[in-house]
This record gives sequence, C-alpha cells and structure tokens, in this order.
Amino acid sequence: MRGRNKALAVAAATGLVAFAGMALAQKTSTQAIEEYREMLQDGNPADLFEAKGEELWTKKRGPKNASLERCDLGLGPGVVKGAFVQLPRWFEDTGKVQDLESRLVTCMSQLQGIDPKAIIKGEWGKGERANTTALATWIAAQSKGMPFSLPQSHVQERTMYQVGKRLFFQRGGAHDFACASCHGEEGKRIRLQDLPLLTRNPGDGVGFAAWPAYRVSNGQMWSMQHRLNDCYRQQRFPEPDFASDATVALGVYLGVNARGDKSAVPTIKR
Amino acid sequence: MHSRTTLVALPVVLAAAALASCAGGFSGPGTPSAAEIDALTQQIVAQSFHDKGIVKVQQAFAEDETLRACNAADVAGKPLDAETAKRIEALNMQTVKWPADGKYLGDWKAGEALAQSGRGMTWTDTAKTPNGGNCYNCHQIDKKEISFGTIGPSLYHYGKLRGVSDPNAPESREVVRYTWGKIWNSKAYAACSNMPRAGHKGILNEKQVADLVALLLDPASPVNK
Repeated sequence: MRGRNKALAVAAATGLVAFAGMALAQKTSTQAIEEYREMLQDGNPADLFEAKGEELWTKKRGPKNASLERCDLGLGPGVVKGAFVQLPRWFEDTGKVQDLESRLVTCMSQLQGIDPKAIIKGEWGKGERANTTALATWIAAQSKGMPFSLPQSHVQERTMYQVGKRLFFQRGGAHDFACASCHGEEGKRIRLQDLPLLTRNPGDGVGFAAWPAYRVSNGQMWSMQHRLNDCYRQQRFPEPDFASDATVALGVYLGVNARGDKSAVPTIKR
Repeated sequence: MHSRTTLVALPVVLAAAALASCAGGFSGPGTPSAAEIDALTQQIVAQSFHDKGIVKVQQAFAEDETLRACNAADVAGKPLDAETAKRIEALNMQTVKWPADGKYLGDWKAGEALAQSGRGMTWTDTAKTPNGGNCYNCHQIDKKEISFGTIGPSLYHYGKLRGVSDPNAPESREVVRYTWGKIWNSKAYAACSNMPRAGHKGILNEKQVADLVALLLDPASPVNK
C-alpha cells in the first residue's frame, strides 16, 4: 500500500501517537521509543515523506518543466534501487564526490533548472530544501535491507575518506568536542541516549544505516545532512554549509566504515 | 567562508595532490600523502563552515597546539608519546586560574543545577543563555539522577572514595586543588582528555567552578552520602 492510501493512514495514526507520546513521558526514553516503534510497525510517519519524494521524482517541475527520472544517482540515469547504499561516490560529470543530497542538488539544477541556492541557502523543512529531504527519503527507502558498499576505486573517493577521517577526529569549538568524543568508543551513552561507535561498522540499521529518519521529538524528517548539521551544532561548531565538502567527506568516512551493514532507512528516532 | 570557488578548487587540489602518491591504510594508486590530505582537510574546513549566531569560525578552529597534537594522534591511531603528553599537560597547567580568595568550595546545590544543564554556546543559544556544566551528559554524579552518560567515569562518592571528610583540612588540599584544576582545564592532567576545559575556555566562571567542586567534595553533597 505504498502511496497515498498509506500516507493517509499514517496521518491518522500520527495524531493518536502524539497523544500516546504524552502518556509515555514518564518512562525512560528507550522504553518509550520501543513502544512507539511497535505501535507504528506499519506506519512510520516517514512514509508521508516517502510518498512526497516519489511524487517529486516523477513530477515535471522547475523552470525547465522536467521530472528527475533521468537523474543519475551513480548507477545510471533513472536507476534508483541500490543507489543509496553506494553513496557518497565520485561523479564524472561534476568532477566531485557527492552524497545523495548534493547529487540531488545537481539533478534538480541541471534537469529542472532549480537554483541550487534555493536548497543550499534554504531552511530545513521548507521549500526546495524540504523537497530534497523528501526525495532523499524515497530514494533511500528503495535500498532498504541492502548492505552498504560505497565504492573506493576512484582516487577522490579514497581521498575524501581520509579527509572525513580527519574531520571525525577534529576537536574544536568552545568545548573541544569532535565527532569521536561521542562516537569513538563502544557502548557509551550521553545521558540515556546510546551512542553508536562510528569508526567501524556499527551494525545493521545503526548509525549511517539509519538516516534519513523520522524524529519523534520534533516531528521532523531528518536527512543525513540534517543529522550531521545538528551533531555539529551540539559540538559547538559553526554551521557546515548544506552539501559542503566537509559533510560529504564525513559521509564517505561513515559510509565506508558501515560496509556490509544493511540499510534500515527510513527509521524512527527519538 | 563559503564561496563558489570551493566547487572548482577541490578537484584542482586533489589532482595536484594525486601526482605525489604515497601508500597508506586506505590508499590505492594515486592517493595523496598524509601531509597533503592534512592540508586539503584544512582547506575544506575553511570553505565548508560559516559563522552562525554566537559561534564564529575563527574562534572555533583557532590554532591550539593541544588539540592539533591530539587530533593527529587520533587520526594516526596512536596515543601521544609520553614526552609530548607531559609537555602539553604542563602548558595547560599554566592556564589554570586558582581561586583569588582561596575558597575552593562553593554551594553544592548551585553545582548540582550546573551539572544538570547542557545548555549554552551552540549556534541556537544566545550570549545571554546561561552556560551549563554538561556534567551529567557524561558522568554519573548524584545517585538519584538516573539519566547520566557514561563517556566519563562515575563521580558518585567522589569525595568519600578519596577519603575527604573535611575539605578544609590540610590533608584534603591536594584532592581539592586537583578537582578545581581538572574542572578548570582537564588537559592539564590528561593531554587528550574528552572533557571540556570549562574555566580555560570561558564556559564557567570561578564561582561556578567552586560550586562544582562543592558538589563533588562537600560532605553534605548527595554525591558523598
């Protein structure tokens, strides 16, 4: 029942869940999320974003009035299934290593004539930035259950891995925090929140294999770019530009480390 | 910091770097040397981040010998050699500001409130947001608080375990000074500690550090009950 019917069912369920969420507030967040996941089993609100993304892929839009159906996500024009678990990767036409979202910026710009600034300078959950999140959710979902296998055959893919590794261990900001401060050791947590170890593959559907995800706490759909952005915020770092080389390099580092882990995207998170 | 030149500059640098190839962990034909990747990383950082709210690029990535050495050690997967670690700890020790009035212990209740708060100094905070100590994010402290992190060691019974029954007694002085110094600048005692340098980086002021020392060492604090 992928599509509009499911979207409507989920919309109805979401209202109930918001109410149930208040009753769950007294339990630990882990317990509450487990129960929430059970209740949702077949109705992750992410499905709403998936449906929107699928529509955006096929709809003729932008100054060029074209769809994205000829967009090359790395496996050839229009091939969606399996593309997500091989991103970020090198693209010959742009001469760059790109993640799913920066690649979408390229396709929306080249095929549809949409101004990249509308996405890069945009706000989360609004306008073309929100459309990119929905597209990423649908595209990623087409690779659900598939193992990550980012290519490392191109020199720039290997170079970006090494850059991403340096970014992962880069302490900075007022608190000297790095990605590794929270994600560099096994079995740690912040408050009650479990922290995946991201220097190697953390397991199926964990870490890199869990985003895009629907965030229960704020009712938003978060892409990997959004996840990295908020990690940097909490690290007391300045803001990374959307789809910047730093975020793509981190994606390569996390994605290559996640080799073999099966994607569970889209997931539900706290 | 962001500019359109980023998009064209990267392939040029990569191509130049690829000419001087060097074998290594994840490398293959044409992979740049470690030094070239270090330089490229710096360039990418300079081009990828922008000031937002109270967080400024220049401050966040300011040159800092301690962080540079520790970051490089992590990337290499080898801890700092003993001599470098000692030198960095000494540098950080020099930054510790000891209490002007000689009073190391403040109010443990104010310390508990600080320990609970993880706020302040993100780009969604303002200059007026009171900074928290972030302590419970990583440490167990008062046993009644079950929502604690595990990145740092448990601090429950901190004073009791160190035999401090009277923090003002001469025999307690070493522990009291260590506790103050550790909170002021954690890297004075462990060069690459995960812990922020709360006093040194201006996260907490002298009074607040005293309140946290009291939380850990005051016999009346729930930490030592």
